[in-house]
Amino acid sequence: MKEKAVLEMRNIHKSFPGVRALQGVDFTLCEGEIHALMGENGAGKSTLIKVLTGVYTKDEGEIFIKGKEKAVIIRSPQDAQKLGISTVYQEITLCPNLSVAENMYIGRTSSVYQNWKKMNEDADQILKSLDIPASATQQLASCSIAVQQMVAIARAVDMDCKVLILDEPTSSLDEQEVAKLFKLMRDLKERGVGIIFVTHFLDQVYEVCDKITVLRDGRLVGEYEIKDLPRVQLVSKMLGKDLDDMSDIKSEQSAYDKEDASASVFEAEGLVSNAGIKPFDFYIKKGEVNGFTGLLGSGRSECVRAIFGADRVTGGTVKKDGKTIKITKPLDAMRNGIAYLPEDRKIDGIVGDLSVRENIVLALQVLQGFFKPISKADAYKFADEYIKLLGIKTASADTPIKSLSGGNQQKVILARWLLTHPEYLILDEPTRGIDVGTKIDIQKLVLKLASEGMSITFISSETDEMLRTCSRLVVMRDRKVVGELSGEELTQNMIMSTIAGGDNNAE
Amino acid sequence: MQNKEMKSLSESVMKLFRKQIFIPIAALLVLAVFNLITDPSFFKITLGYNSVGDPVLSGYLMTILDYGSELAILAIGMTLVTAATGGQDISVGAGIAIAGSVVLRVLCGTDSRPETLQAPIIVAFLISCVVAMLFGAFNGALVAYFKIQPMVATLILFTAGRSIAAWINNNELPIISDPTFSYFGGFIPGIPVPTPFFIAVACMVIIALVLKFTTLGLYTQSVGINESSSRLNGLNPAFIKFITFVILGLCVAVAGLIKVSRLSSINYSVIAKDIEMDAILAVALGGNALSGGKFNMTASILGAYVIQFLTTTLYKFNVQSDALSAYKAVVVIVLVVLSTPVVREFLSGLGKKIKAMIHVKEVG
Amino acid sequence: MNRIKDKFKNITDTNLLLLITVVVFFAMYIGAILFQGKGFLKPQTFFNILNANASLIILACGLSLVMITGGIDISVGGVTALVSMCCAVYLDYKGGNVFVSMLIALAIGLAFGIVQGFLVAYLDIQPFIVTLAGMFFARGMTTIVNTNPFNVANENFVALKETRITVPGFGSVNKLGNYVPAYIEIGVVVALLTVIILFCVLRWTKLGRSFYAVGGNSQSALMLGINVKRTKFLSHLICGLLAGIGGFVYFLHVGSGSASHASGMEMNAIASSIIGGTMLTGGVGNIIGTFFGVLSLSTIQNIVSSAGLDQAWWTGITIAAMLCLFLVIQSVVMARKQKTEK
Repeated sequence: MKEKAVLEMRNIHKSFPGVRALQGVDFTLCEGEIHALMGENGAGKSTLIKVLTGVYTKDEGEIFIKGKEKAVIIRSPQDAQKLGISTVYQEITLCPNLSVAENMYIGRTSSVYQNWKKMNEDADQILKSLDIPASATQQLASCSIAVQQMVAIARAVDMDCKVLILDEPTSSLDEQEVAKLFKLMRDLKERGVGIIFVTHFLDQVYEVCDKITVLRDGRLVGEYEIKDLPRVQLVSKMLGKDLDDMSDIKSEQSAYDKEDASASVFEAEGLVSNAGIKPFDFYIKKGEVNGFTGLLGSGRSECVRAIFGADRVTGGTVKKDGKTIKITKPLDAMRNGIAYLPEDRKIDGIVGDLSVRENIVLALQVLQGFFKPISKADAYKFADEYIKLLGIKTASADTPIKSLSGGNQQKVILARWLLTHPEYLILDEPTRGIDVGTKIDIQKLVLKLASEGMSITFISSETDEMLRTCSRLVVMRDRKVVGELSGEELTQNMIMSTIAGGDNNAE
Repeated sequence: MQNKEMKSLSESVMKLFRKQIFIPIAALLVLAVFNLITDPSFFKITLGYNSVGDPVLSGYLMTILDYGSELAILAIGMTLVTAATGGQDISVGAGIAIAGSVVLRVLCGTDSRPETLQAPIIVAFLISCVVAMLFGAFNGALVAYFKIQPMVATLILFTAGRSIAAWINNNELPIISDPTFSYFGGFIPGIPVPTPFFIAVACMVIIALVLKFTTLGLYTQSVGINESSSRLNGLNPAFIKFITFVILGLCVAVAGLIKVSRLSSINYSVIAKDIEMDAILAVALGGNALSGGKFNMTASILGAYVIQFLTTTLYKFNVQSDALSAYKAVVVIVLVVLSTPVVREFLSGLGKKIKAMIHVKEVG
Repeated sequence: MNRIKDKFKNITDTNLLLLITVVVFFAMYIGAILFQGKGFLKPQTFFNILNANASLIILACGLSLVMITGGIDISVGGVTALVSMCCAVYLDYKGGNVFVSMLIALAIGLAFGIVQGFLVAYLDIQPFIVTLAGMFFARGMTTIVNTNPFNVANENFVALKETRITVPGFGSVNKLGNYVPAYIEIGVVVALLTVIILFCVLRWTKLGRSFYAVGGNSQSALMLGINVKRTKFLSHLICGLLAGIGGFVYFLHVGSGSASHASGMEMNAIASSIIGGTMLTGGVGNIIGTFFGVLSLSTIQNIVSSAGLDQAWWTGITIAAMLCLFLVIQSVVMARKQKTEK
């Protein structure tokens, strides 16, 4: 073990049925260090963290902790806690029905008696010292998500942890809260805590971190000092190739939108849903590819969900070819030729136990109606056609979709919607968590479909993907549309600055 | 050459083994073999004459076909409810009491011992269908729109149902003397096979046609597996859950008619007692996951007959009807324990080991 | 006004539902006094409700615990019947000793608790299925042990059954002008002890809080370092044990064994729990609420019977209606609360 290291993981392997999630990953964390763990979705970050926190048990490898001679064995979250490893997850892992103080102290001591008075006093003290706007006796469910996150951190801080893991803690926080969190992280760093910071925001990495470890496809790419690794290099290391590789795609883009600049196919005015977005206007033309961009949680998914009727629409109008249409539920949207590939494939996309064939025909079947089932022969024909067209890797059309890899599942969902021959296709994060090859396939397909006259909205967390595919970008911040970029304006810098805000001008 | 044939045979056996329907078939075989060993006369069917002088077939097998009918009909509805909601309806027994009570009430009118029927049987049956579907709709609404777990929501009718049934007939026990009414639960003169069997077959044909010519199967499975994604594909998950309960209500009404026809009367606290347990068991025995999702209707129906086979076997060994539930409870527990992932993994591990051992032997 | 609003907003789910229950109970009891005459004013009427429902209180407490942990147990009624039958057979046919019969009751309850707890917690089977099977098993076993109902004539047992504890200060004067002291049965003492002990366990011990945590969000509870499986197991174990105790108290009250004993009691216990503010989804509930839930339920039954609607089916219908009402209230209250938070 190295001199100042608090944690050392060596040659970690972990496999799941069909997936080798980690293959010989090493990771070292030193005292008083903020260490970013970077990688694309599916690179193995979360698996590595879950191995470290005992949610998964590793197949192979060793973990060393400062102060322990031998390699430690972590079988459960309790084991990890005892060793001084605390985790704050992206999704809140606290109990909403308990009070704030209880959430900070439960499961930590073995004493039988629960001393409410002392617990509440202690909790209030910590909350105060960390400047967290919550009271100890409040029920957790009545706090905002950001405060709940902070309570989780307060819990970890109070546990005198040596290793603090922050798994995308900032995705649901606003700027001020992020600043507060960073201050907290620096304080902890001073105290000698080693922090593993997992995030999607490059800015944040360069703002607080000392070191970066990059993972890709379950393997270690390398460990770098922050000053030795400029952003562009970091991105290319995460992607595993030079950015120029994909720059030629755009040349295929059609001239459709340039010619037919007059009429919009779909138009929305003052659209607002119950998911907490501000009313927004929107239009899309035939054969156009546009995109919604903004940070995670900026409301871009909520916008397209409102268009599709996936959330409850509370106001505004939608027009198709100039005529007002009513969309109150997804089926209305589907009947009007809109298709929506949802952001979360597992929760909203696939129907896990059903076969690839059934998953492909599902949407078309619903459109056809209850009394007109698609015959088995037709279903096989459709399925085989799209399996071939999109290059879906599956044993047969009868394989349950859940046994396919992420990228292939995504292609099946895509096939499902293409089969309905939509006029307007909404793709919300179609490239998330899938391999690079499939990503390029999907982007190429988007451009091809657009050249055939389909209108497409393409959303991705990766700005360069959007730059390559979209001819117009709607920029969102804080659940509000704040700008629109097209033509010459479509550059990384311009997007960044629009996302970051033109509030100064507005005042 | 022989070796090859053996191999293809064992392969097709393995294929069958992996199929869902294997579970009820295997259970049926086990029971059949057990009965064959203990008493081969179990399988004897004799043609006799009943008290009115009509030819009837009798024997244990006929009993199974006869009394398994209600269960098979219920299993149809229960399978759909299970698939869509991932829960079960435990009020079917109480529902049968209500439906049966309604039939008698309509047939008897105000008099509890009428000389003649006060209404055609078909009218009485249709009214009971409507009532049973309304109660199904009540359960469905609690589950689908108020998001209460199915078993707890149906617990309400489970308790109140028999009381409601008694209330419908002012707690009297009407008796129907008209012989045509007993045809539904007994025999139609001249036909030696019990009528309930034909009713069950008719229900099976109807559900087979429904599954073939509508998308009910795909929709219920899809909702049961992933509600959120079904919604985004244009389905209305709440309505589909609701509808499955209404269909189950219809099944309950049919079963109720058979039940009261058997007695030509009703006993509110005893009629269709514990049948909810049997219906759930039938679905489980059919190899369907009780947590919802994919289902196999044939396997469920077969499961229902296996349950009746088990019941009849137990009766044959002089087990009291009240004590039956204890044995069935054990069967349920064994079944669900065997279907848990932990145990499955263990068993498949064991299977592999045995295979490896055989392989070693062959090589050696 | 605003302060009250704030207070209402900050009230925990558990306390909110408890509040509703207590208000409903008092409203109902006062209504009963107003409309059903003076019978309900007599303290003994109230104590009789306690006497008749001591076992239900104990069962409902156990059930609440399981429901708070996010599970359910519908075998408690069956276990009660089995316990009564076994104890009756042991005492009457075998001429056994009362103390040993108590041990038998405990052992039966514990056995159910352990088996069901193991299946639910460690094999991850739906609690409803497991305990439904448990219920049918217990009912079937009761018949197997003995088919015919009979009264127990064991002297020691009858003495214990007849023991009445007078409650000072709550007596009343009867028609002949004699002072009749109010009394409760031994079962009531056991029931009250159960309520107090369980309340303390849930409120002031780490184990108690972990029941709430697991019921609130078992995934989170695991992350917070709670042994979720063990907690679930313990909840079923305690519930089984309480079913054993409740079964004995029931037996002590009725003094006979019968296969039809305690029929539908699981339903009453669940209804009491829900009326008492225990959420079916877990994580929310209070033993005091459960206690009031049982009282509300039995008061309703008393009102129904004193209103002349003594046909048995009315009880079933009223309980079901009340349960339905409270389920809907829960679902509506929670939906509203979530909305105001957003």
